[in-house]
Amino acid sequence: MKFFKKGFFKKLRINRKFRDYSKGIIIFENTSLVIKAEKALKSAGYQIKMVAPPPIVRKGCDLAIEVPIIKALSILEFLKMNKINYLDFIPCNKEDLLKPVDIFQIKDFGKYLMVRAANMKLTVDKESLTIVNISGGGCPDVPYLASKLIGLNLTTAPQPKELANTLCGYALQLAYEKIKEILCLS
Amino acid sequence: MFIIAGIIPDENSPLIYGQVKLLENFLNIQNYSIPIERGTSALIAAAIKTLEVFQKEYPFIYLVGDIGKGEGSKKLYESLGENIKIHKPKVITFHYILPDVDGCLKVILGLEKLNPKPILIADAGFMYVVKMAGYSTFFDLFTPDLGELAFLADEKAPHPFYTRGFLLENENNIEDLVERAYKYENASKYLLIKGKRDYIVCQGNILKIIDNPLVEELEAIGGTGDTLTGIVSSLIYIGFSLEEACEIGAKVNRLAGALANPTPATQIGEIVNYIPKALKNLLF
Repeated sequence: MKFFKKGFFKKLRINRKFRDYSKGIIIFENTSLVIKAEKALKSAGYQIKMVAPPPIVRKGCDLAIEVPIIKALSILEFLKMNKINYLDFIPCNKEDLLKPVDIFQIKDFGKYLMVRAANMKLTVDKESLTIVNISGGGCPDVPYLASKLIGLNLTTAPQPKELANTLCGYALQLAYEKIKEILCLS
Repeated sequence: MFIIAGIIPDENSPLIYGQVKLLENFLNIQNYSIPIERGTSALIAAAIKTLEVFQKEYPFIYLVGDIGKGEGSKKLYESLGENIKIHKPKVITFHYILPDVDGCLKVILGLEKLNPKPILIADAGFMYVVKMAGYSTFFDLFTPDLGELAFLADEKAPHPFYTRGFLLENENNIEDLVERAYKYENASKYLLIKGKRDYIVCQGNILKIIDNPLVEELEAIGGTGDTLTGIVSSLIYIGFSLEEACEIGAKVNRLAGALANPTPATQIGEIVNYIPKALKNLLF
């Protein structure tokens, strides 16, 4: 019978995939608020992911939070209770969402160790654990983060995400976490 | 006129514009004194050091304070969009800014009114947003590093933070990334790819590779990409072709770095002071 031909099932599978709206994203006014929300939600035990919003709602240097749609109501309520303002919640096809980088480049200079995440590089003195340089990036908080963090000790300095306002700042956070992991400090 | 636009990491600094001077390790504009640190101030300092060697006038700058919240960047987009046509610039270099497509389009609209069209150079946040806005081919020169080249090659990524893994894993294959960036029209006419080896590219063809002197430590030092963009921008303003400016600029930046005898902990201000010596060694 024609209905049981391979092509029919393939089409059915594609259609099902297209309708897979098991995830949704929460959109915020700016990246600082996303970072604040991420911290609060993770502390409260919610399973969330940072993603790029789909192109239709993207305006520039954007970050959003992906949540399971079945948890969306409680998460939105949690954000309201904690006075973290969000702009919107949008159900999304998983395929529309881009994920942050998860590939790191590591360079050992002997006395110093450098880790790059996406476009951001963090270099520390392996003995004193002093943050000696921050390079790369193109968003305006990069020079700011460098001015605040260079010269501080990796173990006592604020985490980049506590000061960051953009995706470059968030990339620096990933480099910071990786370098702490390599140096067995996390 | 040579214009440089970007940000400084001071939330309270208003939008300032005018001819800039360099005194010791500070930029002086109007009544403001700005230290040379990584970012746009390093780019401007490197540009001035280059112009001084050729005894050319200093650049006209647009600078605003922004620590990533975007309020300063918004003012900068608006001011550039409205005022750029007044200056009749020959070269404009756009640098750190919070990427915002609407803001970028306002600036592009202002640029489209200029006749003759100036030479347009973009680095850092402005390069990201030009790609996002789909106007890469309108620009003459982008100066990405390797991670940013992978971002330009990724037709889906709105920011280097989202560059897909298969492109980042392939980042030593420069030729493939270059081809892909041009295929999807996400590259400017020329590219100067900054890294262990600097690649000069025109319309998808690699023209030259500069890899001498090789100072590995420079990769870790924040601001070495900014100084390169500043030197190249000035050389273009002085009258060198884009290809010549990229080649000389890459060599000068490397030599200035080597002269500073750096470690990964060296700060960019130390390297900026060696730019005139490096330029004179190479050209005179």
